Amino acid sequence: MSNEILMTRRGLFMKLGVLLNGVVGIALAVPFVRYLFASATRASRALPWVQLGGVNQFPEGETRLATFRNPIVMPTDGKTADTACWVRRIEGEQFQVFAVNCAHLGCPVRWFPQSGLFMCPCHGGAYYRDGSRASGPPERGLFEYPFKVENGVLTIQAGELPTPGTTAPASATAMAGERLEGKKPPCA
Amino acid sequence: MRLIAAIGEWLDYRLQLAAPIREAAEHPVPRNTASWWYVFGSAALTIFLLQLATGILLAMVYVPSAAEAWSSLQALNHQVALGWFIRALHGWGSNFMVAVVLLHMVQVFLFGAYKFPRELTWIVGVFLLLTTLGMAFTGQIMRFDQDAYWGLGIGASIASRVPVAGPMIVSMMLGGPIIAGATLSRFFTLHVFVIPGTLIALVCLHVLMVLKLGINEWPMPGRLVRRATYEREYHALTRRDGAPFVPYAIWKDLFFAAFIILAAAGCAWYFGPFGPTGQPDPTIIQTAPKPDYFFLWMYALLSLLPPSLETPALLIGPVVAIVALLLLPFLSGEGEKSWKRRPIAVLTVLLIAITLGTFTHLAGYAPWSPHMNAWSGDPVPDHMLKGTTALERQGALVFQGKQCRNCHALGESGGERGPRLDSVAVRLTEDQLIRQVIQGGGNMPAYGKNLSPAETTALVAFLKTLHPATQAPARDASREAVIGDGSGSSNRGSVAARGGAEP
Repeated sequence: MSNEILMTRRGLFMKLGVLLNGVVGIALAVPFVRYLFASATRASRALPWVQLGGVNQFPEGETRLATFRNPIVMPTDGKTADTACWVRRIEGEQFQVFAVNCAHLGCPVRWFPQSGLFMCPCHGGAYYRDGSRASGPPERGLFEYPFKVENGVLTIQAGELPTPGTTAPASATAMAGERLEGKKPPCA
Repeated sequence: MRLIAAIGEWLDYRLQLAAPIREAAEHPVPRNTASWWYVFGSAALTIFLLQLATGILLAMVYVPSAAEAWSSLQALNHQVALGWFIRALHGWGSNFMVAVVLLHMVQVFLFGAYKFPRELTWIVGVFLLLTTLGMAFTGQIMRFDQDAYWGLGIGASIASRVPVAGPMIVSMMLGGPIIAGATLSRFFTLHVFVIPGTLIALVCLHVLMVLKLGINEWPMPGRLVRRATYEREYHALTRRDGAPFVPYAIWKDLFFAAFIILAAAGCAWYFGPFGPTGQPDPTIIQTAPKPDYFFLWMYALLSLLPPSLETPALLIGPVVAIVALLLLPFLSGEGEKSWKRRPIAVLTVLLIAITLGTFTHLAGYAPWSPHMNAWSGDPVPDHMLKGTTALERQGALVFQGKQCRNCHALGESGGERGPRLDSVAVRLTEDQLIRQVIQGGGNMPAYGKNLSPAETTALVAFLKTLHPATQAPARDASREAVIGDGSGSSNRGSVAARGGAEP
């Protein structure tokens, strides 16, 4: 008798209805969440290689601004997919390619060849010519793109905005070497 | 007239809204709350309505695409009739809204209005503040120019510092691997759908609670809030000394709301729209991005904090601040309401206001940012070169050419990142100058690799001339004792000859 009161026909249908909506909701939530997180899940793939131009565009011993079209683009990106980077040709096929983004908060750093420094206009971070930290709030050197020279063309691995949390620090050896040289008194 | 009444009756027979609306409008409020101090909440709501109206108008022309947004803003400014005014009104409305919301919050805090039984009203208010700031930040992104682009980069850099989840948060925020089309679309969705929707829902909840719980009475020193008795006392007060909200109190709200809208419109008309600045083209790196007014204090904080404290402060600071605001009504839900007997509350407000004000003021001229063009744009003042030797003048050239000026001021111009050098020779001896230039330190880069010995000698010779005529340059007494008087560096003669030194 009490069973009938607990589970009427209409009560059962209502519960079934709630259950049905729950199942539909979960089934729809899967594509919704995957759509929403699409950009985050794609990030784990290896980045593509982009050509910056012939090595002869970059004179030895100098640092030049180069630009490239980001390899991962959407039709609505417009100019924002154009990216700048600083190319330092040490000698021969020895390069360093730095992101323009300051390792502090990402403002664009500018190269001053006279003083051999990169300076950031935002909070005053400064870097030496090899990208190592010189002064100011950055806790590390400039971000570097991996590069290779193929058939005389400088190619870098890029496609992602470098940020302090997503990019590993530049090679420690280059930083240490340059800093020591920098401290050597020239008149000694 | 009879027709209007008939239509009204026809509608109300079906809607049945007239009675509850009349009841809400005429509910009794304590007589002394009909004060000019109680107008900020309604003013914030009025500006929000202005933002909704101007926002809808702007969305009719604005194109939320990274490729088109900037040119659609240009069209609004220059092509569409009065487009500039609607943009200006939306921009100034945003500034006024943040300001009025903050004023409202300070008033509520100082009048103890967050105490029992209005804790939830305060908590919803905290979320209203956060959504308002969220609107201000995402609105700055809608103005898709260089500041917006690099501002997003700063946001991404901050978000990336979150342990473990950082990279995922960044790609969620950007909608892709870089700041581009998907990023703008994402922020457009937030600015136009998600946050305003939340804001409307929260505003409704907030106003509903004000109606249900009654407006906070004017705080009297010594009249304490107790959970057991408060509501009985409040209702007794509104019965004894109450007046209907409409029209007794509302006229001040109406006057102030009109004044605020007029002020925003006046600013919009006089000052015009904000930007856009340069195109959001990441290959144009000659830019020094700055946030909008209400985030300037953060810009200052980020350059003044020691680097090691920055990440914890960025990630933990906001959490602590929000949690403190949310916990406030639970930590002091009873007791004294009057600011006259809450000195710590008053001091807290003053401290926060002065801190934010100071940071904002500093960010106005950003002494921590190098002046990128000072080396080529600001010459060494003439009087500093008068009567100098050829070597010292060569040093002045080195000083300019090596961009020292970008961080060091001479006379009235130059960067303020490093100390002014007008009287550096008083502070540092020749050897200390050489060491500082070559090795750097104390936030100065080392220049050893970028200066030849001849350049260093010339530069230091010039720096040694930088002292007031009445003050002798610093000297190293021990050196004279060891090497003997007169056999020091070759430059000393020139300084002494000009009467600047006291050997």
